[in-house]
Amino acid sequence: MRIHFKTTYEQDIRLFPDLWTACVYGALILLAFALPYLINEFYVGEVTNVLIWAIAGLGLMLLTGQTGQASLGHAAFLAIGCYTNTILIEQGLPFIIAFPLAGVITGVVGAIIAIPALRLHGIYLAIATIALSILADDIIVLLEPWTGGVSGKFPEMISIFGFEIERWTMPTRFYYLVLVVTIICTLFYRNLLRSPLGRAFAAVRDSEVSATAMGVHIARTKATAFGLSCMITGWAGALMGYYAGTFNNETFSIVISITLLMMIVIGGLGSIHGAFFGAVVVAFLPQGLSILKDGLIGGGVAIPGLETGVFGMILILFILFEPMGIYGRWLKIRIWFELFPFARKDMFRRQKSYLKTERLR
Amino acid sequence: MEVLQLLVSGLANGCVYGLIALGFVLIYKATEAVNFAQGDFMMLGAFVTLGLTNAEYMDLPFWIAAPLAISIMAVLGYLLDFFILRHLFGQSQTAVVILTIALGFVLRFVAGLIWGHEPQTLESPLALGDVQFGGVVLGMADVAVIVVTFLLTWSLYQFFQRTKLGLAMQAASQNQMAAYFMGIPVRRVQGLIWGLAGATAAVAGILFASKGAIDPNAGLLGIKAFAAAVIGGFGSLPGALAGGLIVGVIEPFAARYLAAGYSQIAPYALLLAVLIFRPHGLFSQVRVKKV
Repeated sequence: MRIHFKTTYEQDIRLFPDLWTACVYGALILLAFALPYLINEFYVGEVTNVLIWAIAGLGLMLLTGQTGQASLGHAAFLAIGCYTNTILIEQGLPFIIAFPLAGVITGVVGAIIAIPALRLHGIYLAIATIALSILADDIIVLLEPWTGGVSGKFPEMISIFGFEIERWTMPTRFYYLVLVVTIICTLFYRNLLRSPLGRAFAAVRDSEVSATAMGVHIARTKATAFGLSCMITGWAGALMGYYAGTFNNETFSIVISITLLMMIVIGGLGSIHGAFFGAVVVAFLPQGLSILKDGLIGGGVAIPGLETGVFGMILILFILFEPMGIYGRWLKIRIWFELFPFARKDMFRRQKSYLKTERLR
Repeated sequence: MEVLQLLVSGLANGCVYGLIALGFVLIYKATEAVNFAQGDFMMLGAFVTLGLTNAEYMDLPFWIAAPLAISIMAVLGYLLDFFILRHLFGQSQTAVVILTIALGFVLRFVAGLIWGHEPQTLESPLALGDVQFGGVVLGMADVAVIVVTFLLTWSLYQFFQRTKLGLAMQAASQNQMAAYFMGIPVRRVQGLIWGLAGATAAVAGILFASKGAIDPNAGLLGIKAFAAAVIGGFGSLPGALAGGLIVGVIEPFAARYLAAGYSQIAPYALLLAVLIFRPHGLFSQVRVKKV
């Protein structure tokens, strides 16, 4: 077990707690960059998919895991990011400007939408965001001149200073693009947590009343969280558009919103690792299931709804037996080994609270 | 006459939304949790009835099958609480929300596995014939839906206001710890309310199936019922019904008088408007907590 002897407050908020951790993450990034030389192109495409989901997961994690506001409407923001990016590029902006701008616009739209939604909390916010997710589908159809309506759109080839990137013909280049965006988003998220704003988010999540008492402006903090969350989600949406190759009003359905929320719960709410673990589950579950099904009952038998059904069951098991998700389980195992033989069963027991209604009658 | 016709068909649809919304409200009133799977409960109730009644399955008479289906769903609701939700006791509401969404996925999958994904119709005696009132033609099913819904809402309202158990349920939600002190078995009361919600969902399912075909995705109707419950104000039974009626009536009128793309938006636009201007619904019961 490593013991950190802290002599300054700076040490509390360092990017990496010690040299060893920094080396581990450095090695991980090196591995990620070397990956296309280690595995074939098909799997590079799959890993790209994982990374895109992870970016989207980071976006929602910032809002749900960090600020404690459940959103069931993030597919709408994926859509905004995707359409904005494509439309801006069609207007002649280069990718290097259009792509960041798409995220920023999504963030601004998210923050504006959040302002009325701020008066809501808990389930009401979840329901308002569901309505948003459903409305997005219809609004995309209504805005047909811009969005192409039901027939959809095709994103153009990415060109950065003449360097061309395309998902199907050059999956390796696209992988590197996504990897760079992932690293930027992760660093942004990590640094945000080290800033006063990030800690204000956590304060709002843990108790709005105490946060107010500590001088945190609840409404402003929530709107900022919503905006930043939507910004990251918008980038993920733009990349998802490139990954899919074509998209229309049904690409970003409410099912995507729900999958996204479930993904970060399975991964582990409130941690960066959780978004990545969850993304791995979501991206590889369909393939894993079909391999398993072929092995058990032979190929060719289609069971409609199998994926969502199994996904739901996995989620129920996680909420019942491991509410902290995959990352929480990993932490428990690690701490058990670090403290061996002093780990105790109840070290992670959470305090339970008695419910009180907010209704008066 | 046309307006009246639209109004009546809207009311009948609205009653189904209202019935599902009743299920939301029942659970919310007693446990402060929201059951996002209520729509899928309704779907399951409809399919259980269909499985008991239709000739190709069990072929029981409808009037035996319907109460049987309602009791099966009630038991199922209780068991769900007993085996799954009770273990979440004391955890955050978000956990329950996500759990029930997942539950909806699983129920849809199971129903698809048992009864297939093709739309099927219930052989219901309610589905036969039309009634004429002046110039308005009403399906028997529509009349039955409206009558049953009002009866059910009224009796549930009385149940919560007057009976000992109903009051115990309200107490359990208002302050769990105090309810324990008063000797209320909070967990068992919550199990009973899930059973009651299951029974309500079965009634909604039977009525919905009498009006048309059902398939495993019928549960997605629950989202509209959500809009209904929110518009009425979560936690109020008459409010849920009123919200359901509003959503139900708006739909046919929007479809008739608005341009094509806009009509589907109408219920959700109303929902957002209500959430923005009266965040806790038209029959609000919430006051802002002061620091």
